[in-house]
Amino acid sequence: MIAQLTLVCLFLPFVAALAAPVLTRHLGHRAAWLLCLAPALSFLFFTGFLPEVSAGEVVTGGYAWAPSFNLSFSWFLDGLSLTFALLITGIGTLIVLYAGGYMKGHPQQGRFFSFILLFMGAMLGLVVSDSFLMLFVYWELTSITSFLLIGFDHQRAAARRAALQALVITGGGGLLLLAGLIFLWNVSGVTQLSLLVHFGEGVRESPFYLATLLLILGGCFTKSAQFPFHAWLPNAMEAPTPVSAYLHSATMVKAGVYLLMRLNPVLGGTAAWEILLPFAGGITLIAGTFLGLRQSDLKLMLAYTTMASLGLLVMLTGFDTPHAVTAAVLYLVAHSLFKGALFMVAGIIDHEAGTRDVTRLGGLAKAMPVTFAAALLAALSMGGLPLFFGFLAKEEIYYALAGGNPRALLFCGVAILGNALMFALAFAVGLKPFVGRPVETPKPAHERPLLLWLGPVALAALGLLAGLFSPVAHRFISSPMASAVQGEPVTVTISTVPHLGVPLLLSLLTVALGLLVYGQIDRLRGLMQQVVEAIGPGPDRGFDAALAGLVRLSVRITRLIQPGRLDLYMTATFLILAATLLAPPFVYGEWPAMPRMPSGVPIHEWAFFAIALLGLVAVLRAQNRLTAIVSLGIQGFAVAVIFLLFGAPDLSFTQFMVETLSVVILALAITRLSLTPSDRRPLGQMLMDGTIAVACGLGFTLLLLKTTEGVFDARLTEFFNAYSKVIAHGANVVNVIIVDFRGTDTLGEIAVVMVTGLAILALIRIRAGGPQRPADNDPYAAEPQAGERP
Amino acid sequence: MNTLIFRTVAPFLTALMLLFSIFILLRGHNEPGGGFIGGLIAVSALAIYGIAYGVAAVRRAIRFHPLSIAGFGLMLSTLSGLLSVFAGVPFMTGLWIAPRLFGVEVPLSTVMSFDIGVYLVVVGAITSIALALEEKESD
Repeated sequence: MIAQLTLVCLFLPFVAALAAPVLTRHLGHRAAWLLCLAPALSFLFFTGFLPEVSAGEVVTGGYAWAPSFNLSFSWFLDGLSLTFALLITGIGTLIVLYAGGYMKGHPQQGRFFSFILLFMGAMLGLVVSDSFLMLFVYWELTSITSFLLIGFDHQRAAARRAALQALVITGGGGLLLLAGLIFLWNVSGVTQLSLLVHFGEGVRESPFYLATLLLILGGCFTKSAQFPFHAWLPNAMEAPTPVSAYLHSATMVKAGVYLLMRLNPVLGGTAAWEILLPFAGGITLIAGTFLGLRQSDLKLMLAYTTMASLGLLVMLTGFDTPHAVTAAVLYLVAHSLFKGALFMVAGIIDHEAGTRDVTRLGGLAKAMPVTFAAALLAALSMGGLPLFFGFLAKEEIYYALAGGNPRALLFCGVAILGNALMFALAFAVGLKPFVGRPVETPKPAHERPLLLWLGPVALAALGLLAGLFSPVAHRFISSPMASAVQGEPVTVTISTVPHLGVPLLLSLLTVALGLLVYGQIDRLRGLMQQVVEAIGPGPDRGFDAALAGLVRLSVRITRLIQPGRLDLYMTATFLILAATLLAPPFVYGEWPAMPRMPSGVPIHEWAFFAIALLGLVAVLRAQNRLTAIVSLGIQGFAVAVIFLLFGAPDLSFTQFMVETLSVVILALAITRLSLTPSDRRPLGQMLMDGTIAVACGLGFTLLLLKTTEGVFDARLTEFFNAYSKVIAHGANVVNVIIVDFRGTDTLGEIAVVMVTGLAILALIRIRAGGPQRPADNDPYAAEPQAGERP
Repeated sequence: MNTLIFRTVAPFLTALMLLFSIFILLRGHNEPGGGFIGGLIAVSALAIYGIAYGVAAVRRAIRFHPLSIAGFGLMLSTLSGLLSVFAGVPFMTGLWIAPRLFGVEVPLSTVMSFDIGVYLVVVGAITSIALALEEKESD
């Protein structure tokens, strides 16, 4: 029962995505209230697992998918995946409502709901997946839905470029991940994450460990926007704000961190892990905050702090001590709450004031008190001030890093610098637009309806409540999640009551440094701008250059192998055919024996043999092309009759029809090509073409002779003859094989016929240049009412 | 093609050949024949009609776009294969029923509808190519 309900919950977002366009057409933006039920119900369902999971149990379930390949559609819920599932469905509910208000009146709102719910289903599947294949499929599905959402505003070139860039980078990373998962499967022999934990030792000591690790990191680092694969994340801000809040801060970009955390007990603890992760994460943290300082666009400032936060998470995950893991867990949850809220606030400001340029905003507090409250609460949590959940995370970070050894101290410094800059940016987004002298904005700002502010207020308030009631949050969320990441039970105890110690001092230092930066942020922005310009083009330009290079390379290769000359194609095709047929007997010396002359052949068989030869002579002697094609038909019909004489009526029938139609189609094709009616080739050309033709013919003859020399294995014939009538109720063995015994093959073949038909039609129309005039029976042409079109 | 004899005979020939193609299709399970051969015969029939009266006449006569016919055939074959899933047997297992119509027992099966799908795909795809090739010739 639980298993069925879980399955329903996993597919509920997809069902809602299907229903979204229809509902939105009838209900307008109010469809959000109905659509949010899908994630809300899932959220409630998943909360039901909290007591079980917090007691240290793991909920598993699933269905066999392809048992012969050991593949299953299976899930498991431990502290880590349950927390993610709750974040995805909980924030998802709020985002659907927010999108209802934010995209109100947009002509494509239904499609937007549909995409965002599709993404939700994909992300939910990703975090609960147990089997590797399911994980990979969902992983790529999140990349694809992210592509659709970033490119939602597809009429703008910038949105299209950003969508493509995100797809190429995260999709490419997905392929690395696939390779990594295959390595893991081969090294450990299991295809399920839940079983992998028992094989950690073997995986870490395998000679393929480093390759596996690098491939998996390739997937995680691209998805979680680690330096230098970060360029797509700021560009993804082209998407509507609900998307930025949901995909590009709260959930999807954390998929990489999720997988790192999930594999920490398996791959973690080695020297490579503890070097690669902290360094990559540390560089991303610093790069993100410094690049963020340069921005004046609210969304871009948030995007770069998201990148920095992801760096911080990767860095902490790489430390692999219980405190570092706990810190990563706390920060991940806190970040999802405050960053989701701040993004939604930025969206409201953009929506209401008409700009999201921080230098053109000020004094909005009076006009938008509720939004201001939400923004301030979220900024306080992001700044890591006491009472808030963000404070717990920051204290734990310093506990973990203030250990004393030089390496930890280095990263401690990195964390202080990064946190201080993020503090400044948090208040630059959450406080600066609301205070100070009111500034004239493009639109007069005022408070918006419930739908818009519900999301940010709920998330920001949750950040405070989770901090105030930290024992409850730890018991149900932090401790189970940290235990899952660490691979052994961990109890999180940190509370919001500040107590003296090194971490608190470091916190104070961070806040002081942050206030300093916040005061000078306008000057620093100009300074950073100059620094970035001095450094020169970054990975973003590199991406364009790489893509352009790829296109040039493809063009060159295509020109090389597709010069567009039919005679070259034909020569190449038949040369290769002749080589394939003649090379093996030559290399292995297996020529067939000279066949003896058959005796007792009846006169009519000789006659048809002669007719076939006659057709051949006619082809060679034909004065123009049309005669040659028709003469070819003579030879084909003669062969068909020979099939009939030797007892293969089905084959013979088919040969007759194919021969007829080839003559018709070849004749039609020839008339379309602007060729001279007769075929005059220079002698050298004739000799070469003739040699190739003879070689092909010789090759086939030798192959057939050799094949018939061997002993005929009659087992299949006997089987089909014996069972065709008994099992498949058909007397014609050939037909029974085609439609029943090997029906799946036929299904594939007719699909190929269909696709070939489509492709040839497209080719003919391209050659004709421009669109074909509509056919006489085109239903749209017959009924000109525009309303009929879908 | 402008010979009077051909233009007079073509409709009859086409009709006969189409009928024959269906006969070949249906008897295929027990006698030489089947969807593939039947489909090829039907294409030849349409080709004869096209040569006599032009592409527009053929398009009008078959009502649907040839590729829609092929697409329908592919769907029919796929569904015939899928039907077995509801009977709890593996994909593409043939299912048979033999209702009595007008006092005669008529054996019907998913294998037969599968073969009809093959017939339609062959007719649709090849007719589409032939018509497209022929169409430009007149321009």
